[in-house]
Amino acid sequence: MNAILVAILGLAVFVLGYRYYSKFIAERIYRLDPNYVTPAHKYKDGVDFVPTNKFVLWGHHFTSVAGAAPILGPAIAVYWGWLPAFLWVVLGTVFAAGIHDFGTLALSVRNKGQSIGTIAEKFIGRRGKILFLFIILTLVLMINAVFAWVIANLFITYPASIVPVFIQIPLAIWIGYAAYKRNVRMLVPSLLALAVMYLGAIVTAEVSWLQIDLVSYMGGEEAAGLFGLGSVSTAFMIWIVILLIYVYIASTLPVWKLLQPRDFINSHQLTVGLIIMYAGLLLTNPTISAPATNGDADTSWLPLLFITIACGAISGFHGLVSSGTSSKQLDKETDARFVGYFGAVGEGILALISILAVVTLFNSADEFTATYSSFNEANATGLGNFVEGAAVLAGGLGIPENVATTIVSIIVVSFAATTLDTSVRLMRYIIAEIGSEYKVQPLTKKHVATSVAVVSTAALVLIPEGPNGFGSGGYLIWPLFGTSNQLLAGISLLLISIWLKRRGINYIATLIPMIFLLFMTLYAMFVQVFFEWAWYAEESNLLLFILGAIIFVFSIWIIITSIQALSGKFDDELEKYRND
Amino acid sequence: MMLDKAKKLVRFYEEVLEMPHRTEVARELRDQDDMFLLLLYSEMIGIPNPVYYYTLELYPHIIEDFHDWHLRMGMDKSPLTGIRCC
Repeated sequence: MNAILVAILGLAVFVLGYRYYSKFIAERIYRLDPNYVTPAHKYKDGVDFVPTNKFVLWGHHFTSVAGAAPILGPAIAVYWGWLPAFLWVVLGTVFAAGIHDFGTLALSVRNKGQSIGTIAEKFIGRRGKILFLFIILTLVLMINAVFAWVIANLFITYPASIVPVFIQIPLAIWIGYAAYKRNVRMLVPSLLALAVMYLGAIVTAEVSWLQIDLVSYMGGEEAAGLFGLGSVSTAFMIWIVILLIYVYIASTLPVWKLLQPRDFINSHQLTVGLIIMYAGLLLTNPTISAPATNGDADTSWLPLLFITIACGAISGFHGLVSSGTSSKQLDKETDARFVGYFGAVGEGILALISILAVVTLFNSADEFTATYSSFNEANATGLGNFVEGAAVLAGGLGIPENVATTIVSIIVVSFAATTLDTSVRLMRYIIAEIGSEYKVQPLTKKHVATSVAVVSTAALVLIPEGPNGFGSGGYLIWPLFGTSNQLLAGISLLLISIWLKRRGINYIATLIPMIFLLFMTLYAMFVQVFFEWAWYAEESNLLLFILGAIIFVFSIWIIITSIQALSGKFDDELEKYRND
Repeated sequence: MMLDKAKKLVRFYEEVLEMPHRTEVARELRDQDDMFLLLLYSEMIGIPNPVYYYTLELYPHIIEDFHDWHLRMGMDKSPLTGIRCC
């Protein structure tokens, strides 16, 4: 199968989805009004509430939601063959993610630009808000653990990427200070920083002593490391500890000092990466070597596929961005369609190229099957395969393969590091909020909350014994991450449905993806928690069992609440709210 | 013509990337302003301020800012009877 053809097919469905389906949703379902005074105008303050051009807002929305997750999920999910992953990314984006991102934006605009959490409190009471906080808490905890492990894994596999990644930190701090203290524009300095990083990548790809390869320092993969561990496990432990120390410092600094300028550089990387990969696809014209479906899978695609690809098909995290920041900056209500729906399409385009990079990498279907021999193996090697595959595509533009591999791994590490930094910061805020909700004063302190976040992340990533030994616990929780992300999306869709029902509009377009998501999430949780991780199962894992069981209870809770809410139990409260 | 379009594209790109940063810097500056206002008029909330007599001269200049501030904090009407901005 020709990869360009598949890409064109996917892009064509995205275009049709945007052109027709989102238009239908905007006019008939969400019923956007061009004359509605948006919060950006009503509460204009020059900081949070700023009416913004829709193209600029889309660009910002897209760079906020696109990260390492829409790359990692599809790179794992091709284990079931390229076709299921392709279909879920394309149809999920058009019928679920677009509706969800667009809907949360429209809902928030009609509710003073408030976040989904606050809207949940209004719609389903204080219990809804606390439940919501706990779900986001588990979600960010998973993100921390997964991405700490992912970065450590990439550092060990591609040691040439380490020096350029660390060079980015002082460069970002310098740009942050220059912009804040001396009001210097950021574009040129950030492009210079990117050039320095990529020059660094060219040098480290060639000069072996600049590659910080901990495993070879300890005498190779078979050698013994520290504390009776093997060398690979020791390397994982060292990198994870360094990363967690870094993230502690980074997430307690003001945002403009490190996080913002680094995001600025990373946005260039997103643009560069997408252009290189799609141009490389056109120039190399590769063939898909992976099988369309995998008949010998050791784990069924149903329901795990829908959990493995979260970002890229539908992701609850996007609702937090839609309702938290974008809704406060929407100039006209009708812009929500472009910003929200097309933002989801942008993410779909990223996930699509991630699938294509992986499935065109191998010479034959047998080679693919040998690499993706089991679901655990797919979890462990997925991202590495993406890096290799993207490097082959970049090769089409004449970039030497070792340099391309280093640059792609830098891009992925940078995305993952920003995600890690943001999610540790978010976790700190949530812990503080739970602390004040339950009147536990110490938890509201910055350093106490950050310590709780970092230590619990360390426990989650280091304690579970993954199939590859110590330190490989991270990728065991990837499905759990997907589950909590989908749960969040399910609740957001529920809130949108309640909102539509109250306006007397047919809400089937949001109800169907909601039921689908909640069913798949529950199904996946049930199988994993009670058949794989429970104490009586073969590969029992108590920590994951407890975490999984907590999320499972949340899911049930939400189903019950949703039935109550949709059958009108909270209508009185809503009526009161509507009159406010 | 081509150059103009390229310039426009670069400006657009820069604006997209600067948006979140502009928000953060504006927030930081606003926080500093709020702190400054607090230092000037701490007497109003019961913290003794030896230079209150002098800072009070700035009072007419801050009424507009004060109105924005209480709206920002979610209070539709002025919370202080002493400042009748609305």
